[in-house]
Amino acid sequence: MTAALRLADTPEHRANRGLAIHVRGLSKSFENGPSVIRGLDLTIPAGQFVAVVGRSGCGKSTLLRLILGLEEPSAGRIALNGSEQTKRIMFQEPRLLPWARVADNVAVGLSRDIGKADRKARALDVLREVGLAEKAGQWPATLSGGQRQRVALARALVSRPALLALDEPLGALDALTRIEMQAMIERIWEAQGFTAILVTHDVAEAVAMADRILVIEEGAIALDVDVDVPRPRRRGDPALAELEGRILDRLLRNGA
Amino acid sequence: MADSAAIRSLPGRARTLEAAPKPAPRFDAGRLLPWLLPTLVIVGWQAAASLGLVSTRFMPTPLDVAAAGWRLAQTGELFENLWVSFARAASGFLIGGGIGLFFGLANGLSRLSERLTDTSLQMVRNVPHLSLIPLVILWFGIDEEAKLFLVALGVFFPIYANTLHGIRSVDPQLIEMGRVYGMNRRELFWRVVLPGALPSIFVGVRYALGIMWLTLIVAETISANSGLGYMAMQAREFMLVDVVVLAILIYAALGKLADSLTRTLERACLSWNPAYRNT
Repeated sequence: MTAALRLADTPEHRANRGLAIHVRGLSKSFENGPSVIRGLDLTIPAGQFVAVVGRSGCGKSTLLRLILGLEEPSAGRIALNGSEQTKRIMFQEPRLLPWARVADNVAVGLSRDIGKADRKARALDVLREVGLAEKAGQWPATLSGGQRQRVALARALVSRPALLALDEPLGALDALTRIEMQAMIERIWEAQGFTAILVTHDVAEAVAMADRILVIEEGAIALDVDVDVPRPRRRGDPALAELEGRILDRLLRNGA
Repeated sequence: MADSAAIRSLPGRARTLEAAPKPAPRFDAGRLLPWLLPTLVIVGWQAAASLGLVSTRFMPTPLDVAAAGWRLAQTGELFENLWVSFARAASGFLIGGGIGLFFGLANGLSRLSERLTDTSLQMVRNVPHLSLIPLVILWFGIDEEAKLFLVALGVFFPIYANTLHGIRSVDPQLIEMGRVYGMNRRELFWRVVLPGALPSIFVGVRYALGIMWLTLIVAETISANSGLGYMAMQAREFMLVDVVVLAILIYAALGKLADSLTRTLERACLSWNPAYRNT
């Protein structure tokens, strides 16, 4: 689990690495159905770690897919400064190619015009960061669920993205593995300074990891709070618990 | 590479150790087990014939069959017919299998192609291909084309249907992942779709191999002037029962050989799949 991180954690460095996002009047509906996103405005500064929470079907995953350009907006616009930079997504499932070895799966995340030897070296580098260097030559079928998700994280990180979108990536993991993965993602984010958007059901996860939490209700931002608790955060911190309670109250009140 | 080879051979090695705890030279009794039953059948058959329990007029002894094989091998007749049959089977398989693979891939990848051809192909499929023999004889006589045509037609459908099914059942989440990670159509095909469809394609190949032999035997028995089926039919005319049985046994051996070849290929191509690692 311990990885040597070479990048310095300075604010300037982080601002350079990340991607700023400006969303204005964004709407999205599917095939004449009701709007999933309704006139949403949002600005995410470069390098921020934003968590998006909400009930199932509130549009949070659609928002993520819109920002990544996987869906076309019905109205409004999304501006990414430095949009030529790499954006990567990590899904809820690892989605590894079962017929490619771990290192080759990681190399899927690299641009095609990188030479073979370089691909291998970079894949190994990032596997070391997620603590799986010794599994490089194995088939995904031989790994545990948590290890597979770490390979998926390595695949997302190998191209040094400026934006990392996390679509409930830890939802299928057991509680301990999940906490380990949260710490790992947080540590790598701090070192690399990319902009991170985490979509999650788990409010505790959101308050533990994020700088800022957005609660989405019926396609709009219902709550936008900053998490001012300094890192490293301790689980069970009263300030975090208080914030978690507030967000949960909000979510439950509107669902009743 | 070395890692996976080690993993693959582990259970096999464990089994060997149980059977023969002594180190090299090792005798792997487990490998002979599948051959126990055929051997017993042959020994029992020989014994029954030698003891006079069955008449050798209609059922020769294994030794008679072996003698017939030796005789025909010396005249060169056996190898000539074997080669002719093998060449027919292989070329018919390659032609029919190739066309089946082509349409399977095309219809799996393109809606338009599927709408254009699938209904027609399904209709043709429901005609038993052996029922075309009279027509085929009228068209091609008893020349090579007749056999090639029938074999190709027979192997076409299992390969077509399984290729199509294989492509359809590739995990759409993996395809989405490939797209999001910047794969173009070509890469998506070679790195995601084809490997995902391969297990199913192999099922089609094994099924097609069975149909290949069946079709060839029937075609050669009815209309041919060379090949194993022809050899058996000629032998029947002269009441050479031993040669008839020899031909049947050769078919069995060829079928087993084709199956083993496919298994070896499967293990090489699908070693990532736990289901194929130790079979």
